[in-house]
Amino acid sequence: MSSISQSSPFRTLASLRLTVVCLGFGMVLVFLGTLAQVNLGIHAVQARYFQSVFIFWSPPGAHWRIPILPGGYVLGTVLLLNLLAAHATRFQFSRKKVGIILLHFGVILLLVGQLLTGLFARETQMRIDEGQTLGYSEAPREIELAVIDGSDPNFDQVVSIPERLLARGGTIQNQTLPFTLRVRQFLPNSRLEMRSQDQQAPPSLATNGVGTSIIVSEIPRTVKDDERDMSAAFVEINSAQGSLGTWLVSNAVSESQPFTVNNHTYNLIMRQRRYYKQFALTLLHFAHDRYAGTDIPKNFSSRVHLTDLERGENREVLISMNDPLRYRGFTFYQAGFDKNDKTTILQVVRNPAMLLPYIACGLVALGLIIQFSMHLFGFVKKRNQ
Amino acid sequence: MKPTRTLIVTWVIVAATLAYVLAPLFRHDRHGGFEMQKLGRIPVLLNGRIKPLDTVARTSLLIIHGKQTLRTEEGSLTPMDWLAEVLMKSQQANERKIFVMRNPETLTAVGLNAEAGKYFSFNDLFPHLQEIEQQAALSDKVDAQLRSAFQRDVLKLYERISLYHRLENSLEVAGTTDFKSQIDDLLKNIKPSPVPMQSGISSEALQSLGFLAETGYFFPIPPFPPNDDPLQWRKMGESLLVFLTDGKMHPAVRSWAAMTTAFAAKDSVTFNKALDDYLAQLQRDFPGRVWKAKVESVFNQLQLFYSAMVIYVLIFVLACGSWLAWPQTLGRYAFALLVVTFLVHSAGLVTRMYLEGRPPVTNLYSSAVFIGWAAVLLGILLERFFRNGIGSATAAMIGFVTLLIAHHLSMDGDTMEMMRAVLDTNGWLATHVVCVTLGYASTFLAGFLALTYIVRGAFTPSLDRSTAQSLTRMVYGIVCFATLFSFVGTILGGIWADQSWGRFWGWDPKENGALLIVLWNAIILHARWGGLVRQKGLMVLAVFGNVVTSWSWFGVNMLGIGLHSYGFMDSAFPWLIAFGASQLIFMLIGVLPSSVWRSQLEAVKRPTATQMVDVTA
Repeated sequence: MSSISQSSPFRTLASLRLTVVCLGFGMVLVFLGTLAQVNLGIHAVQARYFQSVFIFWSPPGAHWRIPILPGGYVLGTVLLLNLLAAHATRFQFSRKKVGIILLHFGVILLLVGQLLTGLFARETQMRIDEGQTLGYSEAPREIELAVIDGSDPNFDQVVSIPERLLARGGTIQNQTLPFTLRVRQFLPNSRLEMRSQDQQAPPSLATNGVGTSIIVSEIPRTVKDDERDMSAAFVEINSAQGSLGTWLVSNAVSESQPFTVNNHTYNLIMRQRRYYKQFALTLLHFAHDRYAGTDIPKNFSSRVHLTDLERGENREVLISMNDPLRYRGFTFYQAGFDKNDKTTILQVVRNPAMLLPYIACGLVALGLIIQFSMHLFGFVKKRNQ
Repeated sequence: MKPTRTLIVTWVIVAATLAYVLAPLFRHDRHGGFEMQKLGRIPVLLNGRIKPLDTVARTSLLIIHGKQTLRTEEGSLTPMDWLAEVLMKSQQANERKIFVMRNPETLTAVGLNAEAGKYFSFNDLFPHLQEIEQQAALSDKVDAQLRSAFQRDVLKLYERISLYHRLENSLEVAGTTDFKSQIDDLLKNIKPSPVPMQSGISSEALQSLGFLAETGYFFPIPPFPPNDDPLQWRKMGESLLVFLTDGKMHPAVRSWAAMTTAFAAKDSVTFNKALDDYLAQLQRDFPGRVWKAKVESVFNQLQLFYSAMVIYVLIFVLACGSWLAWPQTLGRYAFALLVVTFLVHSAGLVTRMYLEGRPPVTNLYSSAVFIGWAAVLLGILLERFFRNGIGSATAAMIGFVTLLIAHHLSMDGDTMEMMRAVLDTNGWLATHVVCVTLGYASTFLAGFLALTYIVRGAFTPSLDRSTAQSLTRMVYGIVCFATLFSFVGTILGGIWADQSWGRFWGWDPKENGALLIVLWNAIILHARWGGLVRQKGLMVLAVFGNVVTSWSWFGVNMLGIGLHSYGFMDSAFPWLIAFGASQLIFMLIGVLPSSVWRSQLEAVKRPTATQMVDVTA
């Protein structure tokens, strides 16, 4: 085997040796990725270990870094190529190999499915108070800067500036707005304090709005699952007449800040990025059942009303643990609760590749069962002879 | 030996085993003339589950005392004997030296004399309660994972004292001598009123009822009128407060009052009569609950897993002995014993499933029981095939170790807890959890079979070539089995996650642990198919499967992060490290050159490329 593989790179690509090496690296990666979660948190680990090309290491305090391990994308790709090459060279289709082919095809589907999920799935959240109706969900880890024109009584016209643009800085313009915005400073995570607490603080960049009475200091982005970054930005608004001043915006500030251009009032607010839906959910009741005489939760459920004018849907739905609502490509899961059981938190997921793992699981299970039962029967038959 | 004689001896062994297992049934607990066994069968509600008082007694004594029996100068007390005292005669119970304190730092810190031994009574601790409370409050402020050994210990001590205090005040205010006459007074003097203060009760009496309702540990009063809703069970104090407003005294309150007063007055006749009456009434109103409580208390009494654990040791010795002398006979005895013990183990498992109304694995404790069970079942199948004692010995070894682990896990209290919201789904517990646990069990079995190979090969001359080959087949077959179950189980877990929060794979530590097992089994199989390893190499790889599985089973829980972390188990950590290290040593022995092994195995030829392709087929 080794002499042939050395002679041809394709043979090496198809070799079982490469499979074993890849799986071994995979184990190291998964193990280190588990340990790293203690300090880094699950989101940073996913990005750095599993959804990456290489894992880098740098000595404490140094600015350079060296790749020490292949990341999830490299390993996944090599394994995929290895599998395809192996099937192209070694396996001819025969009844004896049905099991192996099925199960490897399942593994391929699984890898592809995870890649597609990583690329296309979107997880957002909906926080609905009892009695409230909501037609959008929010990204828990991404903010946007919204400029709202509320002059039409029937609807708001919203221009939303994504985090990416804010982080880049510079001047932002939009045809529908008679002014431009200049991002003077963007802080991905920050701490806000009242200026009255510390008279010595340096003057704020903000000249208008709540920002004048607030001190902002930058802090590292959070690694904890249950914490959100509090982003902040100083934005200067320039109309044809010149600068209107600089505002501080932050998702820690829940009120929008008004300003006027050409006798038109606009509102400025930084908030979690919103994804609007073509339908709305109203929370009728949130229930938090406990076991008798304990605080152990037995079930969480949200009774919601689904309204979809476009499709004429108008009905009640019960969303509970292990029993989500699936509607128009979105799935709504019971994820949490807040405000003394008066607010429900629904996880809203859109994943076009959702079905692939189900098919993959079936194929692999079938393949393994076929393969191993052939082994077993072969062995029993040999013994009985 | 003649075959008939072997047969007779086999049956004698089976009968003796059953006698040993069933013996506790014939012990009847009538401590001081009181029907303690019957008392233990009364159903009460605690932690969301209706269970016999006997279970409350056992788990509480285990938490406080660290053991299931209490040795005193007058002989040993059963958990129920002890609990009866705590509930109905607390002055005496307060004198019992039940609080085990092993950490000398704690003793010094709270001002106790370390030379007085390691057991202390409630009265011994009473003068130091303030100090203990302060130290516990300080420790409580520290993040759970950062606490020192002393901080954890003092916090645990505080929890145990508070558990004891709540137990004492479950039926009557601790120190009451005649609860019955108090109830009679209430019945005579109370004029029910929507405002309890205006019902004619003295303010002290009202206060003590409030205290009972607040402090009581379990819920002894069943719903009235009788129904199946566990939410309608009441604490003693709650039931009495309701009586002040509606004037209806629950019959169970009177029964309990009669029992407590008779017990305090050492009047066993009256006590037994009141107990019989109450049980008869429960039997009428709640036949289902009473039956389950009875099953559970008999199950407690039998301690099937403990008996099985003991017999597994004997089987291991017999099976290992069969490799030295009388292979046929000893092997046969070991196998017969293994089958019987497996039935005992299964009976325990099935009873737990019946009591919980759940699939076999619901928490770490039951996973240990199930891993042992599944490994023993596979071991029996292997033994049926190969008849060389290896299946029996390995199965017995794993059976013993897993039940020992389960025994230690049961120290934390009731092992049949209610399932938290997301886990409250029998469908997934029966599929994902069972598959993954079967994956653990089979990976362990392969690993222990490989250990047998290495130990016998390196340290004894008993590993001949045909045994070595059958061991190879066993390990290979079990690794295949392990791959199937761990793979399918892991993916089913992903599907469960997708069903309940929309994320197929989240890189959660426990998921990753399961994935590691799948990857490792896949590596073993591919390395074998690719001819990268031969017989000994296969064994060495299989032993590492033990390390991977124990990491996934226990190690990730010790990280204290993720969705599956069931609390930080610091006491198990050194054991896990020691186990991992021992496996690495065996692997090193495995890679030593054959010339230093005691068993001289003929070199097995490395398969050629064409053979290899044939193997993968």
